[in-house]
Amino acid sequence: MSARDRILGKLRQNAPSTVRSLPDVAAWYASHRPSETADARVARFRHYIELAHAEVYSVSRGDWTATLHQVLKARGIDRLLVAEGTPHGELALDELPPRGVECSLYDMAIEAWKSELFNATPASLTAARGAIAETGTLILWPDEKEPRLMSLVPPVHIVLLDATKIHNTFHEAMTSEGWADGLPTNALLISGPSKTADIQQTLAYGAHGPKELIVLLLEGEA
Amino acid sequence: MSEHTLHFKPAEGFRARSKAVVDSPFLRQSFRGAMDFLMSKRAAQFPDPEELESLRSLGEAIRQYNLAKLPDLLLQLESRLTVNGIKVHWAETPDEANAIILGIVEGHGATRMVKGKSMVSEEIELNHAAEAAGIEALESDMGEYIVQLANEKPSHIIMPAIHKTKEEIARLFHEKVPGVDYTDNVDALIQIGRNVLRRKFLEAEIGLSGVNFAVAETGTLCLVENEGNGRMCTTAPAIHIAITGIEKIVEKLEHVPPLLSLLTRSATGQNISTYFNMISSPRKPGEKDGPEEVHLVLLDNGRSQAYADEQLRKTLQCIRCGACMNHCPVYTRIGGHAYGTTYPGPIGKIISPHMLGLDATAGLTTASSLCGACGEVCPVKIPIPELLIRLRNEAFSAPQAKPAMRGQGAGHSPLISAIWRGWALVYRSPALYRAASWLGSRFGWLLPAHQGAWTSVREPLRPAPQRLRDRLKERNKA
Repeated sequence: MSARDRILGKLRQNAPSTVRSLPDVAAWYASHRPSETADARVARFRHYIELAHAEVYSVSRGDWTATLHQVLKARGIDRLLVAEGTPHGELALDELPPRGVECSLYDMAIEAWKSELFNATPASLTAARGAIAETGTLILWPDEKEPRLMSLVPPVHIVLLDATKIHNTFHEAMTSEGWADGLPTNALLISGPSKTADIQQTLAYGAHGPKELIVLLLEGEA
Repeated sequence: MSEHTLHFKPAEGFRARSKAVVDSPFLRQSFRGAMDFLMSKRAAQFPDPEELESLRSLGEAIRQYNLAKLPDLLLQLESRLTVNGIKVHWAETPDEANAIILGIVEGHGATRMVKGKSMVSEEIELNHAAEAAGIEALESDMGEYIVQLANEKPSHIIMPAIHKTKEEIARLFHEKVPGVDYTDNVDALIQIGRNVLRRKFLEAEIGLSGVNFAVAETGTLCLVENEGNGRMCTTAPAIHIAITGIEKIVEKLEHVPPLLSLLTRSATGQNISTYFNMISSPRKPGEKDGPEEVHLVLLDNGRSQAYADEQLRKTLQCIRCGACMNHCPVYTRIGGHAYGTTYPGPIGKIISPHMLGLDATAGLTTASSLCGACGEVCPVKIPIPELLIRLRNEAFSAPQAKPAMRGQGAGHSPLISAIWRGWALVYRSPALYRAASWLGSRFGWLLPAHQGAWTSVREPLRPAPQRLRDRLKERNKA
């Protein structure tokens, strides 16, 4: 008999006879997390992610690349990893090089350029799929165009977030978007730059992931 | 294995290890300071007592619902993960789990493994098994990296290096990391760790992680962390191996948000951790990063024993937040190493007997004042004090024919049992009680002058020469 059969056998033999009813998670959220106006959600998202040491800039749809350029310039960064084939990546590719920022692309499998990503990529730009107001959290679903390590390895991670995509809670985000019907290879919640308090409870940023998380918050008309 | 190899030594030496901590002002200060910090951070996250109570009740209901369906959910999880391309392995014992993991590593001819924080990997002592097999297993969580560098074990399940001061860590880095000058600046120390470990993330073929929640309906492994090392371990190497206890399973994705909220708020007083990482498959065709292979090892190691008993099953509700240790007056004074088990503190006292047997852990069940703080703060309402009393009964009662636990009766002493039976007899019978108290008042002077710890700071205990009942009789006559 395999370990699997033995474990399942022991559990089955002693499984409780009473069936418990499915806990009503939705009811708890309905009674404890009333829905908010869009403005209140934006304000709450901003409050919490800033508390977690992220920088947030309100930008408009027309000129967010100008803010992006300023953010990079202020840090002396002249190289940005962007996602080819995404609207924001293409826009950055059009507008940043003329202003002196070189744009590099994640255009091959990681094995071919791992060392360069780790050692010579100071910043990256990705979009967020959405966000969560309750905790000041960005939702990212990395994909072929915007792979997983883009939001992890470069020391500065810049995220473009559409303010209309902010949910009240994590529960609302996953239920309203039907996550249970299909999740991607990797879904991520990101709530600030990488940090640790493992040495004497002293908070330090940039433990293993990005040292800085910068959110460009797209507001206003489409 | 090297002479430095450390193993957990349950129970044995518990008193000596406790005394060593109590005698050290530095360690006491470290633990007291850290626990005060974590308690106040948690309290600040739950300003509304009604919300806390109802969320705890929801968390309890979710865990109990899922445990009730555990065998079915394990099969559902296995089949979803398999469809998603994640390979599932089952291990009854730590040795089996190590063999599975090292088998995968060796099957790929790999020699370098980076590890995200995983208490289950501590439970199976994977690092030692890997070392013996000539495989480098490097901890990458900053706290775990520090304790591994010092050849120690974590002293807290959430903050592994809580027993170390920054000066000790500064000396450790200076001595053990090549080319590092002494600095006790915390930011600089973290940067040193970051630089060392980034090279390792780049080079390692294998990434190992734990699992906080495994979602059966979607086949998803969820990881909670702040540093990003968990994401590194599960994304950068070509192979990801996750290991978890069989109990960490939820049926519905929707069960995750309440448990996640309870976990981070109870553990470190954060409304959410920096990263919540949900992994549902290996790299798909066209994707440019992520591991080509993902494995999940499901470990029993005594959990099925706890599962068999309705009361003991509640032990498995645990989501490993560590709030019970943060609020435990015993843990705060003696720290995590004194327990000698992988999981210290109140949760350690109720889960370790299932992993190691009551024969190895009988003493731990009594290392509690039963003040009840652990049960009050537990985010999923595990009745820890109740379970401690149950385990004491299991450990110290006479051996039974069909014991509920391995090692039942290990602490049993016929003499002590006889004394208690005698005590019960005397207190049930008025005539015997009167006779005994009369004997006590006449012959109390025979009791020794030195009565162990009691007389180290006090007068010896002696029955009064005149009993209360006699004095009352006299007074009533007068």
